[in-house]
Amino acid sequence: MGLVPGLVKGLGVTAKALVKTVTQGAETVQYPHVKEDPVPRARGVIALHQDNCTSCMLCVRECPDWCIYIEGHKELAPPRRAGGKPRSVNKLDRFDIDYSLCMYCGICVEVCPFEALFWTPEYEYSEIKIADLLHDKSKLSQWMETVPDFESYEAGAEVKQKKVPR
Amino acid sequence: MMSMLAEIPYWGSSIIRAVVITLVVLAPAGTTVYLYLFKMVSFMQSRLGPMEAGPFGSMQLFAELGKNVQKEDTVPGNADKLIFAMAPYVVLLSTFLLAAIIPFGPDATLVTFDSNPAMDGTGVFDGAGVFYALAVTSVSVVGVLMAGWASASKYSLLGGLRAAGQLIAYELPLVLAVVGVVIQAGTLSLQGIIFAQYEGEIFGMGAIGNPYILTQFVGFFIFMVAVQAELAQTPFDMPVAESELVAGYMTEYSGFRFLMFFIGEFASANIFAFLASVLFLGGWAVPPFVLEALDIGLDSNLMNFLGPLVMLTKMLLLTFVIYFVRFTYPRFREDQLQRFAWKFLIPLSLVNIAITAVLKVVF
Repeated sequence: MGLVPGLVKGLGVTAKALVKTVTQGAETVQYPHVKEDPVPRARGVIALHQDNCTSCMLCVRECPDWCIYIEGHKELAPPRRAGGKPRSVNKLDRFDIDYSLCMYCGICVEVCPFEALFWTPEYEYSEIKIADLLHDKSKLSQWMETVPDFESYEAGAEVKQKKVPR
Repeated sequence: MMSMLAEIPYWGSSIIRAVVITLVVLAPAGTTVYLYLFKMVSFMQSRLGPMEAGPFGSMQLFAELGKNVQKEDTVPGNADKLIFAMAPYVVLLSTFLLAAIIPFGPDATLVTFDSNPAMDGTGVFDGAGVFYALAVTSVSVVGVLMAGWASASKYSLLGGLRAAGQLIAYELPLVLAVVGVVIQAGTLSLQGIIFAQYEGEIFGMGAIGNPYILTQFVGFFIFMVAVQAELAQTPFDMPVAESELVAGYMTEYSGFRFLMFFIGEFASANIFAFLASVLFLGGWAVPPFVLEALDIGLDSNLMNFLGPLVMLTKMLLLTFVIYFVRFTYPRFREDQLQRFAWKFLIPLSLVNIAITAVLKVVF
């Protein structure tokens, strides 16, 4: 025990916090009126860049609670150069993520080999009906606008800086 | 005030008394719950607390009231339904019984329990308000045990038993702490204790009278600790320890009956603070030098209107201490709680009584 007994010191801690809140304001913000900026890498919602998806189904199979649904087909697109062979490209018929099941583990984003899925920090997408939490491909694509740029690497990093497809 | 009441018929004065005692119990309870439970604890945790209902959340209490009233009043299937329903009333009853005898002015009392010698001409305070007050504080333990047993739930039963053990253990230091005050004042009457503090002198200096917090500071400390335990406020909240017992004896209650337990808890905190201010802070009286400056006596009718305000101020001070301690310290363990009461507080209060008695004879 020091000069001041611990019990009195404890009262001092709460009293100090009381005075600080009254004079300098609280640490919290009043949510619906004031919004905190989420950090850039916050896991809010997953965005889909449709052109990059090849329906490889890796995300579907890795998803721990099976909340991603993909259906797609191949289409022939005109060749890049005149006289070439028509290209075969993937078209998505369906790409749904059920956010009532999603647990925000981010495995789908990590496992995607073609950079089609991205985290965005948006968090205000609650719904009255649970079925509305199933986001289809158009809604998932809309989230792309909110994807922040990747943070720049350390100076002298040998890996090329990744870019978010816009 | 009593003379005013005497002129209206008995049923009329009874209605007035019922309305006034409801106000005396509920208005300060609402004030302290908003001031301390909603706002002070929020500030101590660096948040703002309720801000939406009314300016600075001042209407939050009515929102809580509405929420609890519209909730379903559930009763467990195996519960003893009559006892289950009665328990909150018994707990609230002890609060009202205690509030009934608190004096708020020379005549501003709800019941004529303490006779005022200036009124009846005998010149002696012959009421036994202290005795009655300490007796009715124990009534709440019956209600708590009823709630714990009738709920037919293991959490409720354990909480009820803990509460009973705790209330019995801390009733004793509470009583013994007051004995010191009674010895020094030489009367069991609450009004008599207030007058004794007003007329008292410390080494011949009577400018501030003799509030017993100065001469009975050990008794005051024991009384406040025992009150904290009696109200099951942290650090003595084992009966409702949420991490062990869900909510103790209140686990199975919901809606209006839970609200009654809630009101009983916080209203009795205020009533105990009223009692402590009567016993240790001089009650509704203000220091003699103030009254001399105003050129009125303690029996003046003005004190009937000033007294309640003085009592409210002293009550707010004491409840501030109660909630300050409550929101600072963590919970005791069950065995530490009992050891603290039986091995520390009770011997200390016995020594306090002995020393007070010796000094009373010497001076």
